Amino acid sequence: MGSRASTLLREEEIEEIKKETGFSHSQITRLYSRFTSLDKGENGTLSREDFQRIPELAINPLGDRIINAFFPEGEDQVNFRGFMRTLAHFRPIEDNEKNKDPIASEPLNSRSNKLLFAFRLYDLDRDDKISRDELLQVLRMMVGVNISDEQLGSIADRTIQEADQNGDNSISFNEFIKVGNVYILYIDIDIDI
Amino acid sequence: MGWFLLPFDNLLCIVLGISFTVGFSSLLVIVVPAVLGVSIGIRRLYMKSLLKVFEWATVRMERGAKEKNQHLYKPYSNGIIAKELSSLEQEIQELRASGTTLSSEPEFEMADIMYFCRRGVESIVDDEVTKRFSAQELESWNLLTRSNFNARHISLRLSVLWGLGLFIRYGFLLPLRVTLAASGIGLLVVLTTIVGFIPSGCENKPKNGGICVANHTTPIDVIILANDGCYSMVGQIHGGLIGVVQRAMVKSSPHIWFERSEVKDRHLVAERLSNHVADKTKHPILIFPEGTCINNTSVMMFKKGSFEIGCTVYPVAIKYDPRFGDAFWNSSKFGMVNYLLRMMSSWAIVCSVWYLPPMSREEGEDAVQFANRVKAAIATQGGLVDLLWDGGLKRGKVKNTFKEEQQKLYSKVLVGDQEDQGEDRPQEDEEEELEEGDQNEDRPLEDYTPRPLEDCSLRLQEEEEERGSETPMKDQ
Repeated sequence: MGSRASTLLREEEIEEIKKETGFSHSQITRLYSRFTSLDKGENGTLSREDFQRIPELAINPLGDRIINAFFPEGEDQVNFRGFMRTLAHFRPIEDNEKNKDPIASEPLNSRSNKLLFAFRLYDLDRDDKISRDELLQVLRMMVGVNISDEQLGSIADRTIQEADQNGDNSISFNEFIKVGNVYILYIDIDIDI
Repeated sequence: MGWFLLPFDNLLCIVLGISFTVGFSSLLVIVVPAVLGVSIGIRRLYMKSLLKVFEWATVRMERGAKEKNQHLYKPYSNGIIAKELSSLEQEIQELRASGTTLSSEPEFEMADIMYFCRRGVESIVDDEVTKRFSAQELESWNLLTRSNFNARHISLRLSVLWGLGLFIRYGFLLPLRVTLAASGIGLLVVLTTIVGFIPSGCENKPKNGGICVANHTTPIDVIILANDGCYSMVGQIHGGLIGVVQRAMVKSSPHIWFERSEVKDRHLVAERLSNHVADKTKHPILIFPEGTCINNTSVMMFKKGSFEIGCTVYPVAIKYDPRFGDAFWNSSKFGMVNYLLRMMSSWAIVCSVWYLPPMSREEGEDAVQFANRVKAAIATQGGLVDLLWDGGLKRGKVKNTFKEEQQKLYSKVLVGDQEDQGEDRPQEDEEEELEEGDQNEDRPLEDYTPRPLEDCSLRLQEEEEERGSETPMKDQ
């Protein structure tokens, strides 16, 4: 299991990832070990099948969408940098990051970026709008066969009604922020090394 | 110039002479007490000194790392994330409460995806299952390259020590053990690398007409248990060396070997097991209900087949001490020969065996519940994690029914009021439906308490067996 892990990841790379994602040195080496243990093909990248081999992820109703979020547009492999970049969204916001210089580039784990991540789980076609269909798709993934089409449809309609403010029958990113902002820190994962 | 060669010749003779003497005397020292069942105490001394050396090695590495101002890779045995185990429903309520929403009725919130999103990424960072199929990581280095993650920090002294260890293991221990093994196999008794063996609970040894179940880590489990009693084995007939051994064993006492095609027919398997058990003159059956080798940090799902027969079950817990050598056979990574080589060049294989009090199926308990009860007892005794996941996940994909269970739980959160309609149905109808393997999609949501993510497998195991089996085992 990742037997030569920490020797293959060079110090400079660790520093770069640290700057980009904000993870600590030990968290990065630990996650690199995890990355290599998932990488059954041992070619330095993960494919979708590598993720699906995790049983707890395979039974997650939104599993496929989450896996998708790791892969850049149209690509089938993700390397360690990409892996960490996506995981960075789930890093809790530390106190010293709260009042950062606004001119410096926004950290990956900012509130806004977290919300964008969640938004993109819905917005599959990346048109910056969650349409009724896209909402229904996600709802159907989460409930399976247990709720009828009509009932699901009315749930979707109600949700859009509550969130939609400009009347275009879809939810834009700003409208999403308004309904999601209070909850977003729920996704934070504390990687305890 | 003949005299020039003479000292060299002499030297060779001396070296050969010494090695033969050493080899032969160690053989004697090992074989004679083993045959007589007497312990000299060399093993304990060996183990103690090894542990001291390992600790020293780890301290040196830490010091080396500190000097270079780098970090030592530390294996994290407890998992990366501290996960709270609450049910899906509780978690969603908690999520919604975190937003201080005033709405209290079960309704959909766009933020609900955050629950699944977080659980999903948590499992990507660390999950309970995939790490069970590879060797356990050690806290301190035991001078074997295969378990070293900090190769950069080895100082000169440590390298010398490692080299010495290499010489001892490959130059002395390995040939010794290979000789033993070769002669052993010839006698059909394989004494390989077992140096430490600490049994307890000897009064609970399995008796005739019962079934002995144990957690499975390696084929050596069989040797260890056979050391202490006679068993009848159950398993698939293999080709090659194992097949030869299997066929030879049948000549001395009855074992139950299956052809590959028969394994799928559970009815036939159960019949042969019952017949064997009913005959009181035959030895107890030894079964590993996990079905595959697990890395000895956890016990995975017990297949219910052996628990349906209805005789006494004698649970045995086997725990290896990983500090001296890792006994786990990662069959997808190493073949048998490679594995044996690694075993024989380890420092030692040390294991603890506990014979637990016999258990029988209780009134109103079905095979699955009984299996889980036995599994829990074994896990507690061995200090292993008790998992409900199937060991078959080592090679196969997880069944879709688990995902459907998650979806069902979430639907219940959304449209909770459907539950009230369900309660009006008479109790007998629901039970009947379950037994017949209900295929009806519109089945009302039963009244059950939502369980944490892992517990799904218990319920679904039952349902899956009902729905999917070709030769269903009907309860009479």
